[in-house]
Amino acid sequence: MTTAKDKYQKVAYYPGCALEGTAHSYNRSTQEVGKALGLDLVEVKNWNCCGAMEVKNIDPKLQTYLSSRVMAIAATEMKMDVVMAPCNGCYHNLKKAEYDLAHDPTSVEVVDRLSQKAGHATYEAGQVETIHALDWIMHGIGEDGLKQRLKGSLQGLKVANYYGCMYTRPRHIFPEKDKGPGTESTSKPHYMDDLLGAAGAVNVEFPLKTACCGGAHTLSDSDMSTKLVLNILRAAEAAGAEVIATECPTCHSGLEMHQVRAEKKFGQPTKVKILYFTQLLGLALGLSPRQVGVHENISDSLGFLREKGIA
Amino acid sequence: MRPLADIEQRLDALEAGGSGPDAAVALVELGEAVLEHWVHARDLVPTQETREGFRLLALHRQGCTDDPSFNACRETCRELAYHHNLVTSDPLHPATAQRLTMMTLVARHLFLFVTGKMQVAALGDFCCASRPIRQQVEPQQTG
Repeated sequence: MTTAKDKYQKVAYYPGCALEGTAHSYNRSTQEVGKALGLDLVEVKNWNCCGAMEVKNIDPKLQTYLSSRVMAIAATEMKMDVVMAPCNGCYHNLKKAEYDLAHDPTSVEVVDRLSQKAGHATYEAGQVETIHALDWIMHGIGEDGLKQRLKGSLQGLKVANYYGCMYTRPRHIFPEKDKGPGTESTSKPHYMDDLLGAAGAVNVEFPLKTACCGGAHTLSDSDMSTKLVLNILRAAEAAGAEVIATECPTCHSGLEMHQVRAEKKFGQPTKVKILYFTQLLGLALGLSPRQVGVHENISDSLGFLREKGIA
Repeated sequence: MRPLADIEQRLDALEAGGSGPDAAVALVELGEAVLEHWVHARDLVPTQETREGFRLLALHRQGCTDDPSFNACRETCRELAYHHNLVTSDPLHPATAQRLTMMTLVARHLFLFVTGKMQVAALGDFCCASRPIRQQVEPQQTG
């Protein structure tokens, strides 16, 4: 029987739009960590937008189709059975499409019609398994495997792990979660805590780990986004965190941008650093700050990481 | 219902100087008051029932009616209840002050999330005045 560990050694990689733009450091660090861990990523050919929030708000079925096309290419053209999406939005949308195509005949009909019109094979539920970068490393390598490959350590760095709202919600589209020991929890996710803990970090108690970052308000009401982010930053600092580790490009860029805005607009500075969990893992694996794209983040963490002996 | 501005002022006051089990109880009540606004704006009567011993959790469940996206604050509500239990069950614990600080930030997040969501949904305090006008205009447009 093929285990998750076997299946995750080589997966189809769906970076999504954000990782080619504002979250390029997440893209870079994910690929570098994969190389350092000996895990293969094969980018999905000619991938498209997952439908994100914009298309979903206009026509949810069109979003289902767009996500299904990515999975169809991975399954039929690339003969892959696992798609890994590091972006919470992409991950969520592909999981939602998978659920809809397994349970909603209308979605099946729409996806089939649009796929025929576009001239590619129709995706059928169950052809691929969509996973997040956290699943990929947790099940492809695991905490013990990670420890064996470390060339450095996070040196007791105090980390607040921030998962955002889309990694675990709605629960019904993540049937593999909440299955007991070893599986991810939708109410108290812990994979990022576990992996960074294995790399030498100290995870602080952080009650807002799945709270809203205000990403949806960024354009319509920037002040509300700033206040939500500021509250997250203050909670992390109150919990004793030196760094907030992220695994969602929308959350990450929101935290970084509104940290700056909170100081400029509301006179409320915060010192906590914001880094992708893949950047932290990469540093513990002996990669350089440049290899994991620390220089591509908005906030400058390099001096801090050097001071801590991590970079 | 307690006005949202009052709720925010009370949160500020508790952040500045709340202490002990009374503050924990007050923070849960503020959370309930925030959720009442959301429920009321959706033309429902805020429930008086409790869930797992908390009206806060019952109100959250009621607030999810026909809007599963409201589950995005489920854990925020549960963290508020959890911290309430920590503080009230062992008020002399050395971490009580820290727990209250964290609880205040959690309560504020609930406040910000719900008020933001009300703005997006064009409900409640932010547009009640315009709702009758829209209700008069919309049938003519669709007719």
